[in-house]
Amino acid sequence: MSTSLLQVSDLRTRFQTPEGTVHAVNGISFHINEGETVAVVGESGCGKSVSMMSLLRLIPTPPGEIYAGTAIYRNDDLLKKSEQEMEDIRGKEIAMIFQDPMTSLNPVLTVGRQLTESLRVHLGHTQEQAEKRAVELLEQVGIPDAARRVQDFPHQFSGGMRQRVMIAMALSCAPSLLIADEPTTALDVTIQAQIVELVARLRESLHMAIIWITHDLGVVAGMADRVIVMYAGYIVEEADVQDVYDNPSHPYTLALLGALPRVDRRRDQRLKSIPGAPPNLLVEPRGCPFAPRCEFVIEKCRAENPPLLHVGKNHSSACWVDVKTGVPR
Amino acid sequence: MAAPSIPIPQLADDLSTPPLTLWQLGWLRFRRHKMALFGGVMLILLLVFSFGGAFVFTEKYANFNDTSQRLQPPSSAHPFGTDSIGRDILARTIYGGQISLFIGFVAVLIEVVLGILVGALAGYYGGWVDSILMRFTEAMLIIPTIFLLLVMAKFFGGKIPDIHIGERAFSGSVVVIVAIIGATSWMYLARIVRAEFLSWKEREFILAARATGTSNSEIIFLHILPNTMAPIIVSSTLSVANAILAESYISFLGLGVQEPTASWGNMLDKSAKYLDSAPWLWFFPGMLILLTVLSINFLGDGLRDALDPRSRTV
Repeated sequence: MSTSLLQVSDLRTRFQTPEGTVHAVNGISFHINEGETVAVVGESGCGKSVSMMSLLRLIPTPPGEIYAGTAIYRNDDLLKKSEQEMEDIRGKEIAMIFQDPMTSLNPVLTVGRQLTESLRVHLGHTQEQAEKRAVELLEQVGIPDAARRVQDFPHQFSGGMRQRVMIAMALSCAPSLLIADEPTTALDVTIQAQIVELVARLRESLHMAIIWITHDLGVVAGMADRVIVMYAGYIVEEADVQDVYDNPSHPYTLALLGALPRVDRRRDQRLKSIPGAPPNLLVEPRGCPFAPRCEFVIEKCRAENPPLLHVGKNHSSACWVDVKTGVPR
Repeated sequence: MAAPSIPIPQLADDLSTPPLTLWQLGWLRFRRHKMALFGGVMLILLLVFSFGGAFVFTEKYANFNDTSQRLQPPSSAHPFGTDSIGRDILARTIYGGQISLFIGFVAVLIEVVLGILVGALAGYYGGWVDSILMRFTEAMLIIPTIFLLLVMAKFFGGKIPDIHIGERAFSGSVVVIVAIIGATSWMYLARIVRAEFLSWKEREFILAARATGTSNSEIIFLHILPNTMAPIIVSSTLSVANAILAESYISFLGLGVQEPTASWGNMLDKSAKYLDSAPWLWFFPGMLILLTVLSINFLGDGLRDALDPRSRTV
């Protein structure tokens, strides 16, 4: 089998705010193998981005604080590295692309200038080498007339083109792991498909692992190997991608899938929504955080938060109830 | 039947004009600001007067005193007249202009470096760095500037030997004045820069830059600073006028640039006694100070309108 690239154990991140402590990430553990694609799904504010940014140590401290856990990347704990060592890792070993391509590029620097930055910093390229490479990178992500466009400013690119530039920047040093933080959310559907396809193609040629953060289960279906479902800073289900669709075993995953529009849905059938809102992370919940919105809720749920339970091959779920039978485990 | 051939305009080619950069847009707006253009042209003329005039008169001539020719009104031999010890005022305004403008620009250079450094570090790092730097800035701000200038001028004056560059000798007091004007004027700029950094550092592209492994110093100077250039340019332009005025006050009070090196300010000092009897003594240097400050302020106003990122109209 493929070797493990990143092993995260019991990662916990909290924020001290004037209103109190926000428990954003509450002890998540997962691993990712070389060349593997893992999708992290969940609705807004359930700790997807914060947990991934914690790995790269991009959480502003204070008010943020990573107060427990380890993140072993190739035998080294990312959470114990100095800021200097992290600068060497960011962009070179682990790269990240962000949700909104309109605001993720510096408006006063040319695209070429921003593309060459990590090449010079990480690979020690001369300006001339870096510029040549920048043109190649833009061609690689499908930007026409790349040689001329490297001299353009970000506002001269459309949203989809800017996301391509962001991807080119992230991939410039051939990282082993790419963290994509909802890279298609701000784009329209045709462009979304193009970006997903582009990343999938580049993944093959660079043999990199991808953590794809999204709240859209549809986007990940064709691309991910495994899916991690997060809720309120906990991992509630983890499974191979096909299992998640065929055999969801957490009520939250079930609800997310129910909220997904399908071509084969009957026309008179309305999309299901999940009642209520995600919990306020200011108060540490007693019991299962999903209990107030859950249709399978039993007495035990309100008292004790379920751990991740093994429910099948590579498949675990944090629920006291077997959602297929409705019987407590 | 042949279809009538209607030329289809190639929209993409015909209508696409290259988008304007901030600077091109700024220039378009600046050009409309007639007073600012006037200020810019005037400032260039003043620079030509002060630095070009040196090719007509030697410095030796500007410092040559002939007491038999003292207090002569403007004439063909001395177009601006002569001062109380018979020196040619035209030649002295030329050399004095060099010193005054030099002080204005170099003091602002010091101000800009200090202001950017303090403001950028305070704004970017925040926390205790911000607290210490900003409390220091406020401490500097509450001391009345003129008072501080005078005390420092008195304290440091005469401690710096004269400086010789080629054939020319400058009073060491010029360096002192430049340093103290620079050191007492950076506070407002530091606050502007800090405020800019506070807002820019939260932008997503800064996070994106950090995610590619960019170091803090590169983020400060290569990513954020270029975004804050417009307010810095406007503020420092206006500061040049203030620095020239500050030099005039100190020199007028006799603590500034020391004779025989001329500056517009110390020329005024010597003319105070002759307000009525020899008005040409103060009229010419005074007028030049006025014109310089006025044109710099017009220029600054024009730049403020032109580089304001909030107004996007041409």
